[in-house]
Amino acid sequence: MKAILTVHNLASELVTTIWTPVFVAIFLAIIAYAFWPRNKAAFDEAAHLPLREE
Amino acid sequence: MWFLAPCSFERESAMSQPSISKSMTPGESGLAVVFAATAFLCVVASAKALDAPFAFHAALSAAASLAAVFVIVNRYFERPAALPPAEINGRPNYNMGPIKFTAVMAMFWGIAGFLVGLIIASQLAWPALNFDLPWTSFGRLRPLHTSAVIFAFGGNVLIGTSFYVVQKSCRARLAGDLAPWFVVVGYNYFILVAGTGYLLGVTQSKEYAEPEWYADLWLTIVWVVYLLVFLATIIKRKEPHIFVANWFYLAFIVTIAVLHLGNNPALPVSAFGSKSYVAWGGIQDAMFQWWYGHNAVGFFLTAGFLAIMYYFIPKRAERPIYSYRLSIIHFWALIFLYIWAGPHHLHYTALPDWTQTLGMTFSIMLWMPSWGGMINGLMTLSGAWDKLRTDPVLRMLVVSVAFYGMSTFEGPMMSIKVVNSLSHYTDWTIGHVHSGALGWVGFVSFGALYCLVPWAWNRKGLYSLKLVNWHFWIATLGIVLYISAMWVSGILQGLMWRAYTSLGFLEYSFIETVEAMHPFYIIRAAGGGLFLIGALIMAYNLWMTVRVGEQEVQMPVALQPAE
Repeated sequence: MKAILTVHNLASELVTTIWTPVFVAIFLAIIAYAFWPRNKAAFDEAAHLPLREE
Repeated sequence: MWFLAPCSFERESAMSQPSISKSMTPGESGLAVVFAATAFLCVVASAKALDAPFAFHAALSAAASLAAVFVIVNRYFERPAALPPAEINGRPNYNMGPIKFTAVMAMFWGIAGFLVGLIIASQLAWPALNFDLPWTSFGRLRPLHTSAVIFAFGGNVLIGTSFYVVQKSCRARLAGDLAPWFVVVGYNYFILVAGTGYLLGVTQSKEYAEPEWYADLWLTIVWVVYLLVFLATIIKRKEPHIFVANWFYLAFIVTIAVLHLGNNPALPVSAFGSKSYVAWGGIQDAMFQWWYGHNAVGFFLTAGFLAIMYYFIPKRAERPIYSYRLSIIHFWALIFLYIWAGPHHLHYTALPDWTQTLGMTFSIMLWMPSWGGMINGLMTLSGAWDKLRTDPVLRMLVVSVAFYGMSTFEGPMMSIKVVNSLSHYTDWTIGHVHSGALGWVGFVSFGALYCLVPWAWNRKGLYSLKLVNWHFWIATLGIVLYISAMWVSGILQGLMWRAYTSLGFLEYSFIETVEAMHPFYIIRAAGGGLFLIGALIMAYNLWMTVRVGEQEVQMPVALQPAE
């Protein structure tokens, strides 16, 4: 059976496939953000946040 | 109620503000009008009801709506002209009233839920205990137990602690005046409707989503207001950074909204009847149900309580979070992975094979963030391990994280298809759920309430740490009895079901497997009984903390004003 190539089929193929690399890329970006050396000081400070009482 | 009211000098400090002309806020007048209209509609619905439970719920809602109108108007006459300020002398004026309410309700529903659990565990050991009445049959009491412990006990703990943590970590007063009260009272009203419905036989028969359409609609409204209160508080924060616990709470709130809407679309048979039919059919319904069911585990019973872990453990141990970087990765890894794990509830069913494998794969991958989170919680104690000997509250919190690690190891293992072929439909599943529910969710909630009650009521400390110690050991013994009985019973059951004779016949009849489980059911009931005794000790301890506990000496400006 020959698949009929329509704009809709193409778009739905693309949408159902593309999220895998997109999510992986987002997750890798989050890891990079977490380990970015310049963010370290801010994160260390945030780790103390519950201890700063008002 | 006196124990929810602020103390007298706070009231005076708020009253001494310059007088301005007093008028109802749009929220007060609007909500009063809406509730008055609701009361009228509910009376009509009650009169036209097609079935008795619906008539009862409509009448109950009419009474509750009238009570709400009365309380709103009465509160308006009682309060000073000016609403409580967001800050007093440049320091946040935290709103503790709704938090106190959830703490009281959590304790009440916890004891009710554990008691119903003990009753149904005893019914399984001694079936005569169902008294041959429809209202006390296992089928009706079981959802009452699960909803009471998960949604009523756990839900009140989550809403209460989230309102506390978001205020403290944002250094801002909770957004809204009536809105936080609407959330906490409205949520508990949902529990009341759902629970009485189960007893009367009202259910849409979806596990952990049993409430019928009208209760679901009400919960949707309450939940949206909850989300708005939480978000608005974050938006007006004084602390630039959004603390990681708030991320977990937000994921919990948003995801539960999505799950609730996804799983529950239903067409009522009549606008005046309790019965409805769910929109999804067949395998789609099953998939939706366990997408919902497992993410209720992931986002209600995990993400929300991890938020508690990330705030209460550092606070109680007086140590910073072990690795804030790990907490960020922990959060996002959970978010990306959990949502796909649901199909492991449907192994070897009509669900396509690839979907089952996908669910299994993502469940196994969840090992990593789960254990990353557990390590982060436990290692937060580095430099403070000695406190485990002296502080039973901290011990409770830490043991809960250990149980989290244990049950999140067991869960992925059980999601593996060959393991599942032995474990599924057996008591092993019940044991697994309870090691998570009693050990992780129960203990982290107890620990949080032991911290929260003295903080919210402004007490120096708990009435008795010795009683906390008793609670800890009695409950731990109860959990060990419970889960080990269910492991043995479950594996025994699974092995008996799959045993064949040399001629290829099943070796055991079903009733023989039931007979074999009997002693373990008695042990399980004993374990549940111990857990309940622990909770009763806790309730007494918290009650005495509020009743006779010593006031924390503080600058009055740091306290809340009259409400």
